[in-house]
Amino acid sequence: MNAFIPIFSPKNFIKNEVKLFLIFLLFLLTIQINSQTKTIQVCTTCDVKTIKKAITLANDRDTIFVKKGIYKETKIYINKGIHLIGEDFPVIDAENKTDSVFAIKADNFSISGFKIKNVGMSYTKEIAGIFVSHSNNFVIKNNRMENVFYGFILQRTKYGLLSNNKIIGEFKTEATSGNGFHLWKCENMRIEKNIVSGMRDGIYLEFVTNSHISNNTSANNIRYGLHFMFSHKNEYHHNEFKKNGAGVAVMFSKFIKMHHNTFHYNWGTASYGLLLKEINDAEIVDNIFEQNTIGINIDGCNRINYKNNHFIRNGWALKFTGGCYTNIFEYNNFMHNAFDLSYNSRLNDNKFEANYWSEYNGYDIDKNGIGDIAHRPVKLFSYVVNKTPETLVLLRSLFVDIINFSEKVSPVFTPNNLKDNKPLMKPINPL
Amino acid sequence: MLKILKYSIFDLLRSRWSYVYFFFYLSLGFVLLFLNSDINKAIITLMNIIIVLTPLIGTIFGVMYYYNSKEFTELLLAQPIKRSKIFMGQYLGIALSLTLSLFIGLGIPFVFYGLFKSAAIFDFSLLILVGIFLNFIFVALAYNIALSTENKIKGFGYAILMWLFLAVIYDGFFMISLILFNAYPLDKFSLVATMFNPIDLSRILILLKLDISALLGYTGAVFKDFFGTAIGFIFSILILFLWVFIPVLRMKFKLKMKDF
Amino acid sequence: MIQIKNLHKKFGRLTVLDGLDLEIDKGGVFAILGPNGSGKTTLIKCLLGMVIPNKGSIFIDNQSILKKWNYRNNLNYLPQIANFPTNLSVKELINMVKNLRPKKANEKELIGLFGLKPFLNKKLRNLSGGTKQKVNLVLTFMFDSELIILDEPTTGLDPIALIHLKKQIQKEKENGKTILITTHIMSVVDEIADEIVFLLDGKIYFKGSVDALKKQTKQNNLEHAIAELMM
Repeated sequence: MNAFIPIFSPKNFIKNEVKLFLIFLLFLLTIQINSQTKTIQVCTTCDVKTIKKAITLANDRDTIFVKKGIYKETKIYINKGIHLIGEDFPVIDAENKTDSVFAIKADNFSISGFKIKNVGMSYTKEIAGIFVSHSNNFVIKNNRMENVFYGFILQRTKYGLLSNNKIIGEFKTEATSGNGFHLWKCENMRIEKNIVSGMRDGIYLEFVTNSHISNNTSANNIRYGLHFMFSHKNEYHHNEFKKNGAGVAVMFSKFIKMHHNTFHYNWGTASYGLLLKEINDAEIVDNIFEQNTIGINIDGCNRINYKNNHFIRNGWALKFTGGCYTNIFEYNNFMHNAFDLSYNSRLNDNKFEANYWSEYNGYDIDKNGIGDIAHRPVKLFSYVVNKTPETLVLLRSLFVDIINFSEKVSPVFTPNNLKDNKPLMKPINPL
Repeated sequence: MLKILKYSIFDLLRSRWSYVYFFFYLSLGFVLLFLNSDINKAIITLMNIIIVLTPLIGTIFGVMYYYNSKEFTELLLAQPIKRSKIFMGQYLGIALSLTLSLFIGLGIPFVFYGLFKSAAIFDFSLLILVGIFLNFIFVALAYNIALSTENKIKGFGYAILMWLFLAVIYDGFFMISLILFNAYPLDKFSLVATMFNPIDLSRILILLKLDISALLGYTGAVFKDFFGTAIGFIFSILILFLWVFIPVLRMKFKLKMKDF
Repeated sequence: MIQIKNLHKKFGRLTVLDGLDLEIDKGGVFAILGPNGSGKTTLIKCLLGMVIPNKGSIFIDNQSILKKWNYRNNLNYLPQIANFPTNLSVKELINMVKNLRPKKANEKELIGLFGLKPFLNKKLRNLSGGTKQKVNLVLTFMFDSELIILDEPTTGLDPIALIHLKKQIQKEKENGKTILITTHIMSVVDEIADEIVFLLDGKIYFKGSVDALKKQTKQNNLEHAIAELMM
């Protein structure tokens, strides 16, 4: 055991790739089997008929194989570094009892291959399919959950990997459903290739740092696909967020990297592709925002670089609602949005340069790919709609075109210096 | 009626203006699709053109045809044909020939472009559908104006004013009243006001498809029910039918007491 | 043939027909005369159903014709201004009118009579006023109907065509047709009219033969007789 500690020390872990981690895990398992570890089989006809029993029999590094079948168990406590492997998705049916199925407080454990269902709802307790607290170095993968209150709750954990899990909720109300992944005070976590739908928040992170969220699909959740609070220095990429009630919210966090994500079809009154609130020093690169009511709602965010993002057919591509300073937007595509930009003040301290605007109708005589006259992305009509939302029904009418044109000629209501002086003539890496 | 319809179409299809209109749409389609090759942009530009221009052309063609064929109409009136059939035949003749110009003029470039393979087929069909409705509505309105106005110049003037009113001025008043009465709940008012203008109604119908993401950003429950479900679409289509039906009905009524 | 009783028509404030009564018997040529604005055209249009009277009744062959349209199958009308769809050729126009009216037509004879053969394939927009009027005449006379109404038939016609027109009218009369005609050319009236119906202020001021008119006004010349009536 001692021999492995350096490999899994916090310093090295973050640098390793997931694959490497899995290989080491496998390596670890083989060594364990070869050394004095044992395996325990659980099935309805075996000597050991319940998972709970198997755990009491097991020691650190032992492996428990659970065969296919239905196990009506809850409150399965794990406090040892064991490996729990379901074969052909054995079902653990909680029969709507208001207790978590697995409650884990251990290091170096793994759980995989289970199907957990019917975890009861409670207004007072946090109940999950798998509840982990105060644990380090663990893997939870390939599990399926249906009709669970919370999917995963993780508190004060470090170096955990959650991958290839699938959580399907039943679209209840916001008050009666829990989150798919609920992380609180965690560090160095990886959430990868999971699918979450029909829960309250797909993935919820609060006080989580140095973690990676990647290649997940979070769709049709009642509130947010991904919800981020006070969680600094995280990175999320290659995720898909689709048709969530309110899109994705990233709030009160610093040094976040968001790239290669897709945010689409998040429709509704308070629905965003991405809601940024009090975010500083972030990188938002190579994302796609398509057909959201609001592509990005930016509220009190500073020093964020937006680059190579695609904003396609959103209601509002960008909507500024609080004081935002020194943000830089460059090399983004703004295509066929009802409004490219909605601005709440007449002052502008943000830089828009070298973006492609499908509404730009200037010319490029010197053929350098950059329009010869500046583009003003804020329309008078967006100002009118901000003041009187009902006027939205006049969108794209001739009258609106006329007033927009007159505002363009002589800006009165919109910030005078808000313009892209180098509008691109062609979209960047067209999709 | 079918005979009159046949001859009106026949007559209009030989008219230079039908071809001008046809070639306009044809070249517009080709320019939009092949010069910028961005189908979304093409659809948006086309929408702007269709909801403004189709009513204008329909109006002008309507009054022009009425006044130009006045004497011939009198000849027809002396024939053993029912009055309303003569005018319905002419009305349908104009509306159908305009529809034909629109449909073929825009259809050819889109077919060349490979529309039937692209996902934009629905958007395109909706545009055409709205264009057809606007043709039928505005030719009917123009005929109403012409039937009520003996003087050709005045008739033209009223027709153009009607178009200008519905295309621009109405929306101006609409917006100003929305801004003025900002303090009151206005979502029902704004939906009703939309219904009273066929151009606004057509625009909303297209927006339901094109800009649904923006329309759903508004808070009102009425809006949400209207835009968020199929109700909005079905209701708008029904009202558009009414917009054809009522002017035609008035035309028939007017004809009963009209002297030629 | 025609009975008109108490016919009233106002255009806005202007009273055009003011309780007009008129009976026209079957057969013969009736010239409807009167000063400008006396209501000639309005009377004809009432007969045709193009103008709808405010009051009164019109019977043709003892059938009320108000709000009907079938009776027009037995009526030929020559409008005052001949203006046709400009994109059609003469032939197409004739075929079209024939098509609209399911009745036998003898247009060939009339085309020959008015010398329209060379124009048959020409577009109507390229025809002169006189030629258009000839086309107009063909369209009117090609059907065999009991009642023929001619509104200023002589407009724009050359002397030869005029002679043919008179002959044609004579021929129809001999066939027992009833012909109503309005014109300002008194020589034509003198030549072909059997009876004169003189309208003034929306009423029938005189109805009788040309001779009776001359006798009443003590004038030998028809033109002077008419002028006398107006004064």
